Amino acid sequence: MANLQTTFAGIKSPNPFWLASAPPTDKAYNVNRAFEAGWGGVVWKTLGEAGPPVVNVNGPRYGALLTPDRRLMGFNNIELITDRDLEINLREIAEVKRDWADRAMIVSLMVPCEEKSWKAILPRVEDTGADGIELNFGCPHGMSERGMGAAVGQVPEYIQMVTAWCKHYSKLPVIVKLTPNITDIRNPARAAKRGGADAVSLINTINSIMGVDPYTLTMSPSTGGKGSHGGYCGPAVKPIALNMVAEIARDPETAGIPISGIGGIGNWRDALDFIALGSGTVQVCTAAMVYGFKIVQEMESGLSDYMDEMGFKSVSEIVGRAVPTVSDWRYLNLNHISKAVINQDSCIQCGRCHIACEDTSHQAITFMKEGKRHFEVMEDECVGCNLCVTVCPVPACITLRDVPVGEMDQRTGQPVSAAHADWTTHPNNPMRVAA
Amino acid sequence: MSSSDPNLVPDIRSARLPAQAYATRFADASPRLTQSQALLESERCLYCFDAPCATACPTGIDVPSFIKRIADGNLRGAARTILDSNPLGGMCARVCPTENLCEAVCVRNTQEDRPVAIGRLQRHAVDGLMESDRPQVFTRAAPTGKKVAVVGAGPAGLACAYTLARMGHDVVVFDAKPKAGGLNEYGLASYKTPDNFAQRELAWLLDIGGIEIRNNWKLQTEAEIYALRQRYSAVFQGNVRAALAGSSLASLRQDHAAVFLGMGLATTQPLGVPGEDLVGVEDAVDFIARLRQSEDFSTLPIGRRVVVIGGGMTAVDAAVQSRLLGAESVHIVYRRGPETMSSSQEEQHWAQTNGVTIHHWLAPVEVNGQDGHATGVTFAHQAMVNGQLQATGHTEFMEADMVFKAIGQKLGNPVLAEAGLSLQGGRIVTDADGQTNLPGVWAGGDCRAGGLDLTVEAVEHGKRSAHAIHAHVMAT
Repeated sequence: MANLQTTFAGIKSPNPFWLASAPPTDKAYNVNRAFEAGWGGVVWKTLGEAGPPVVNVNGPRYGALLTPDRRLMGFNNIELITDRDLEINLREIAEVKRDWADRAMIVSLMVPCEEKSWKAILPRVEDTGADGIELNFGCPHGMSERGMGAAVGQVPEYIQMVTAWCKHYSKLPVIVKLTPNITDIRNPARAAKRGGADAVSLINTINSIMGVDPYTLTMSPSTGGKGSHGGYCGPAVKPIALNMVAEIARDPETAGIPISGIGGIGNWRDALDFIALGSGTVQVCTAAMVYGFKIVQEMESGLSDYMDEMGFKSVSEIVGRAVPTVSDWRYLNLNHISKAVINQDSCIQCGRCHIACEDTSHQAITFMKEGKRHFEVMEDECVGCNLCVTVCPVPACITLRDVPVGEMDQRTGQPVSAAHADWTTHPNNPMRVAA
Repeated sequence: MSSSDPNLVPDIRSARLPAQAYATRFADASPRLTQSQALLESERCLYCFDAPCATACPTGIDVPSFIKRIADGNLRGAARTILDSNPLGGMCARVCPTENLCEAVCVRNTQEDRPVAIGRLQRHAVDGLMESDRPQVFTRAAPTGKKVAVVGAGPAGLACAYTLARMGHDVVVFDAKPKAGGLNEYGLASYKTPDNFAQRELAWLLDIGGIEIRNNWKLQTEAEIYALRQRYSAVFQGNVRAALAGSSLASLRQDHAAVFLGMGLATTQPLGVPGEDLVGVEDAVDFIARLRQSEDFSTLPIGRRVVVIGGGMTAVDAAVQSRLLGAESVHIVYRRGPETMSSSQEEQHWAQTNGVTIHHWLAPVEVNGQDGHATGVTFAHQAMVNGQLQATGHTEFMEADMVFKAIGQKLGNPVLAEAGLSLQGGRIVTDADGQTNLPGVWAGGDCRAGGLDLTVEAVEHGKRSAHAIHAHVMAT
């Protein structure tokens, strides 16, 4: 069993798997169960300021994008921050942290965008013994209509200002949670860093409507005939989140800032993706809401076995390892040539590769050979686009081979060159620079 | 059952089982898929390009399309795809040997050794439509004023009639039996089509409009008609011809723009061995028909020991239903090896699961009897010698209270030769569209030479001939 211990922005946890601020971390009962199951840390569900708590709708809070066999691909919610009294939450946080000293206890906060509100709540949180705070600048529904959550996260100046207040009034590490409902994630991340943030966490949920009931023509989910957009998460958002994490990890202004990766993590492979692209810890919600807290044990087991297999001694050795492989399109080597190869032994002859290529791509796959159903790549047409690989139902039946340097590319009639050549120097690029 | 007396010969009795046992035993052999099962199964379909299953279907159903529509929650659209290619898609979903047709070539066999359950999905879609508030998906075209005669209300005749009616023609379907449906009504095991499905499907087909069914009607030779006329003229005055339940092919041709012959095979092959006429020896098709028309299975007599001679689906249907009626021992006896049995592997397994023993390489030489009643069958062991089936010299005796003959049917109808139809092995020779050598006469289904004797093939014959007939009558 590999050592999964992590130190993230000075916060220690026995493994990098934290529960995100969400319904599963709303109260001591759940969080105790989560720690019993093995979660390394939790971000307690967002606290608001003292006084009467928010109220939730009494209709559906959740909606989902399901496969036909009802595996959950995407998940949507309109639940607000905690609807429990602040005092109860603070008391429970203190009790749970006392009982689980080795686990990370982060408290998510969302109060009005005024210095006095933050000044009031921060010492109260510090008194609980929590390890850090996470600023909820991401919640895209309900709270954002009241000038909080994503309404703050969409204005970099506010992010910087509030982060600075928190650093001023608290000695706890400050994690700024970012909203993906923006055009360029680097701007809010830079603002957080300028405000003194110890770390960022992302992504929060994405504005979303799940669909329309075909028979009432009402959006769904709806409460009494009306719905509002929710926040979208789950497996379907992972690629969006990974890109945003990588953008921050490779941006010269923010490179090196600890990142807690969030978005569709359901197993160790997902977690590894986030870690390799720069995340020091990962946060999970949807998978726990689908499978229960025990799911963390499968994540731990998978990551641990992987690390043993690869010889990694600590999670920190993997953090950001794939970041140097993320580049801009213009730097990709245009002299590299790939071709699809269909393994005839595992081909089941469904013909999906053929029709996908024939109808929508490069007409590079046969469907007939000597009068028989037969699917084969015509290298003189194949551009190595990977479409056939993605539509093939058989794992590893179609693969891309790298055409070695010197071999003839049947499509262009030119031998593959060893030289790197990208768009920056390409003759068709009006902005080219000399090679 | 406990009251069986082994010394009683012959031991043929009804009510061998407790009254409540029959419904359970004769329940649907392959229960329909639930909504959730159908969704999961439809998800397994890969929507293949130029799908092998669609090519393998004799009626050319666009299988990936209908399965995708099930997955999309569009059951009506799924049923439309099926019924457009095969108006008897509901029955075919129940009786097609899919393991030899569409499901045999499903690419999921290669991948995971288990095809998509195409037949069961087809049934899910068609049943769903037929039980819905708007069971019709097609509208009849404007009347053409053309009238076509169809002989035989089995799968071929009904498919032909429905296709013609859909195109606006008026169709009269003549059938010898009291109920339309042919083998769907009289010739299939009860557990394959419970809940009166053959008649429910017929009602759906007739609902398109323009089809008239005349039951208890037979195609007859001129001599038979003359004899009948003599007999009836003594009784009736007036229009004698109208009182006759039958007419000649010549008069059908005279009165209609075209004629489609789909009357199936009328008679069963005899064993050609001594003792065939003993009491207790019966054609399997008659036994099956009697069972299908029975309201109360506990009234049906069945032997304690039953021997079924033959290797096809009829043999299996008769044998399994004998077991279900409470026969203690049931043997299917086939004169060749397993590989040439025309019942499918799945059918044979079904028989064995139901406690039927299947014997190979045994040919009957005599039905033995006592006091005019069959008591058993003597078989000669067979072997293949230089490609010829030969008796080895060994014989075997099997005790039996009832013996069912299921060695195939033949046309054997003297009308056809008399009418001048070209025949081959007693069946009608046609071109690919089903056109016979007689102008304006088409034929399809089991009575047509060179077929597979499958329900689904009969449907395709009827449908294809209907298109040819349409072209013919619209040109004249």
